[in-house]
Amino acid sequence: MGAAAAAGYGGYAWLRSRPQQGGVEAPIRAVLRGNERVAEAYFSDRHRSPAFARSQVDAKTRKNGNVGLGDDFDPERWILNVLGSAHADAIQVTMAQIRALPRVEQITQLNCIEGWTVIVQWAGARFADFTAKYAPRSLSAKYVGMQTPDEAYFVGLDSASALHPQTLLCYEMNGADLTAAHGAPLRLVIPVKYGVKNLKRIGQITYTNERPEDYWANEGYDWYAGL
Amino acid sequence: MSHLEEKHPLAIRWFHWISFPLLFLMIWSGLLVYWANDIYRVGWGETTLFRFFPDWFYQGLHIPQRLAEGMALHFFFMWLFVANGVAYVLFLAFSGEWRHVLPDRDSIRDALLVTLHDLHLRKDAPPQGLYNGAQRIAYTAVIVMAMGSVITGLAIYKPAQLSWLARLLGGYPMARWEHFWLMIGFVSFFAIHVMQVIRAGWDNFRSMVAGYSLVKDKEVGLESQK
Repeated sequence: MGAAAAAGYGGYAWLRSRPQQGGVEAPIRAVLRGNERVAEAYFSDRHRSPAFARSQVDAKTRKNGNVGLGDDFDPERWILNVLGSAHADAIQVTMAQIRALPRVEQITQLNCIEGWTVIVQWAGARFADFTAKYAPRSLSAKYVGMQTPDEAYFVGLDSASALHPQTLLCYEMNGADLTAAHGAPLRLVIPVKYGVKNLKRIGQITYTNERPEDYWANEGYDWYAGL
Repeated sequence: MSHLEEKHPLAIRWFHWISFPLLFLMIWSGLLVYWANDIYRVGWGETTLFRFFPDWFYQGLHIPQRLAEGMALHFFFMWLFVANGVAYVLFLAFSGEWRHVLPDRDSIRDALLVTLHDLHLRKDAPPQGLYNGAQRIAYTAVIVMAMGSVITGLAIYKPAQLSWLARLLGGYPMARWEHFWLMIGFVSFFAIHVMQVIRAGWDNFRSMVAGYSLVKDKEVGLESQK
């Protein structure tokens, strides 16, 4: 029994002394990757984040995180850079082109990775509609990366989550145009991911078959961060 | 004269001593996660009797600013915690050991009498098998609580893909609250359990380690009580 206790303690000490990958010991990172595969196996477009009634929308919203939202930004001159996968050419998309896509309204819960939630009414274009219209050759890409115009904040997404019907390129929040603090003119709303993946002020979208870097995954968080 | 009698089979002892560090790791990593949104308290209206948790508690245990580490550990050790729990329940079911653990029709009455006895309000303890009524209820409750922790944990781990489960538990914030109070339940169980083990003495403790209990020859052995 003493030997077993020593082995248990030794195992834990060994685990915590492994070289780190993005702030997490390599074996733990490998298990997080395994958890991701389990989640992906169960993932389905039919599994929806709960929808709420208008009366349940939280009057007070929270602003968490302003990385990538520096003052050096002119929303009037904003344009979305899209980098397709494979041989698809890079294109630029205007706000008018995004507003021309079917407008989808949804009231969903934003789950912060810290453990709090807020119910928000969002409106925008489905990311799946956007991709089908402006980057159809990239529909088969494995991943989607997004970053702010200043490249300070960036997220990586698996395509299944990005193309989920509740994932929006969002320009309205609680019945009004998006404010700068919440990511105007265009932000990502992805209820199947923690808040950290709901990138504000999208500057560039990249479709890729290589796992994109992710701001918080570099800081010890799970890359997948799926809900 | 006394002789040694087997009290706890090897498998039960392994499950017990594997559970202990795993439960500890799950609770500790859970605290690292909870710190990031520490909203629970005991109180009503504006009155707070106790806040989970005071600063001295966080500082003393070096909990602040370790959310990422806590989540990584929680979602690593959850597999071992669940595997050990499932194996334990399967073992109880197929070995027949469940007969010692599950409460029977006398357990509630026995548990009351045992509690009165332990509080020195009653002279005699009721006759018992391997475990008394209070133990049966407590050890079964721990299994049910562990299942509850896994279910509420799943609901807050995947509230979108498993939204039906979160809904069943009253929504994400409610499921998180339930998960937290189950943890408090485990800690309460642990405190009472350790107190009772100390009270019961060395022979009892050794029996959970080595498996054998010292039984006086004149007494009726454990085996015949089973």
